[in-house]
Amino acid sequence: MKVTLHVWRQAGPAAPGRFVRYDMTDVSPDMSFLEMLDVLNQQLIARREEPIAFDHDCREGICGACGMVINGRPHGPQRATTACQLHMRTFPDGAELWIEPWRARAFPLIKDLVVDRGALDRIVQAGGFITVRTGSAPEANAIPVPKRDADLAMDAAACIGCGACVAACPNASAMLFVAAKVSHLGLLPQGQPERSTRVANLVAQMDAEGFGACTNHGECMAACPKEISIDFIARLNRDYIKAAISHEG
Amino acid sequence: MTPPVAAHAPATPRLVRSLIGKKVIMAITGVILLLFVIAHLLGNLKVFQGAEHFNAYAEGLRTLGAPFFPRGSLLWVARVVLLVAVGAHIWAAIVVTRASWGARPVGYHALEAVETTYAARTMRWGGVIIVLYVIYHLLDFTFGRVNPSFVPGDVYHNVIASFRAWPVSAGYGVAMVVVGLHVYHGLWSAFQTLGLNRPPTVRWRRGVAGMVAGLITAGYIAIPVAVLAGVLR
Ligand code: HEM
Ligand code: FES
Repeated sequence: MKVTLHVWRQAGPAAPGRFVRYDMTDVSPDMSFLEMLDVLNQQLIARREEPIAFDHDCREGICGACGMVINGRPHGPQRATTACQLHMRTFPDGAELWIEPWRARAFPLIKDLVVDRGALDRIVQAGGFITVRTGSAPEANAIPVPKRDADLAMDAAACIGCGACVAACPNASAMLFVAAKVSHLGLLPQGQPERSTRVANLVAQMDAEGFGACTNHGECMAACPKEISIDFIARLNRDYIKAAISHEG
Repeated sequence: MTPPVAAHAPATPRLVRSLIGKKVIMAITGVILLLFVIAHLLGNLKVFQGAEHFNAYAEGLRTLGAPFFPRGSLLWVARVVLLVAVGAHIWAAIVVTRASWGARPVGYHALEAVETTYAARTMRWGGVIIVLYVIYHLLDFTFGRVNPSFVPGDVYHNVIASFRAWPVSAGYGVAMVVVGLHVYHGLWSAFQTLGLNRPPTVRWRRGVAGMVAGLITAGYIAIPVAVLAGVLR
């Protein structure tokens, strides 16, 4: 199949950027989206041009490294699918594709389609963990967890931290990411001791990073490759209000 | 350029300082305004009971709490509460909106809307329209400045006089649709902001928001429609 690409090219954080057009022929419908970009990059290298920089790692939809906005949709048009798991057969022959990086002040652009998502790491460092001695795995049934809580915690823990929620949000808010991190620990017994400090610290860090404010559009949920629900955002708000009212340290 | 992890990140949440806290303020003040909008509608619908009832109701608002409270005092309490609520709502809206506008300095070539609604996307400009409408509304029925034949105390007459002009009625109708859209997304958003989503709430909150918004818009519009149709004269 043939596709026409308009790819955001930007040599560096301070360099001016622009869309560059690439016409591709002989694209196999069975290629993944990233494989298609690999092929294009080989052609660019052969022509002694700079290849397109983009993030990727596992290419099986579990690491959260990949991510780009394809025709106005983070990770492309297919629901519950990362860019690496998207296949060219999703698009019609002759499709025209606009490919751009995540756009947010908190995600400074490094090069082409690569942005620095360190803000999400710093949010997790601010308290997205439980403080325990690690060592050999404890006996799984030592602490009983109600099935409903375990399932919900698992839904939240599906977050791979790709940042598509921020990219999709009209406000560039990171609420879905923070909600997932707060919920997957807050729902489990092991997360209780630090529950209110965790939510306070994560929210403070989220604000400090310069993300926008959630206005409940729900675009994050539609873009999330793991289909994490905005019900978790309500849960985050509830936890935060509760912690604020009770002034627990 | 990027802030480090706050070394002394607050262990106590700062509700009002955080963006979530600002949304909580908007939700609470929004619900206060919503309660007013509903009470105001129920009062206004007394216009269908005729001039005598309607004017008595308007007078009743002023003598509320008599003989314990001086004339008009409770009405002023309500006005102050509403003014504070409106002020806080708009202040929080501005802070939150500025944060969001600043959060994406470089925009997209295209960002497709998938999940959001027209109501959600028009909250900000809708709010501005509501403010303009409220100013006109006060000039029309409270201060009488733009009313074609204002008679202090004859509330029924003032309403009929104003709505007889179809452009006034049409503008009022548009404003009520804007209010309905704002209430629809606002009420659902308030559930979300206040964390009210435990089952079974999570199932009916959108429906309730739609119903409340629809009834408000329809109820308010019924009055100018009745005036233009000659049912109220
Ligand atoms: C009839 C008067 C009004 C009522 C009943 C009302 C009600 C509400 C409610 C309940 C919310 C939800 C808060 C939340 O997001 O959790 C809200 C949000 C909002 N209101 Fe109002 N409001 C009114 C007037 C205004 C005015 C005058 C403005 C002025 C600019 C305004 C601007 C906003 C904005 C920007 C939001 C954020 C909505 C969002 O995207 O979530 N509102 N309103
Ligand atoms: S490369 Fe790992 S999720 Fe796409």
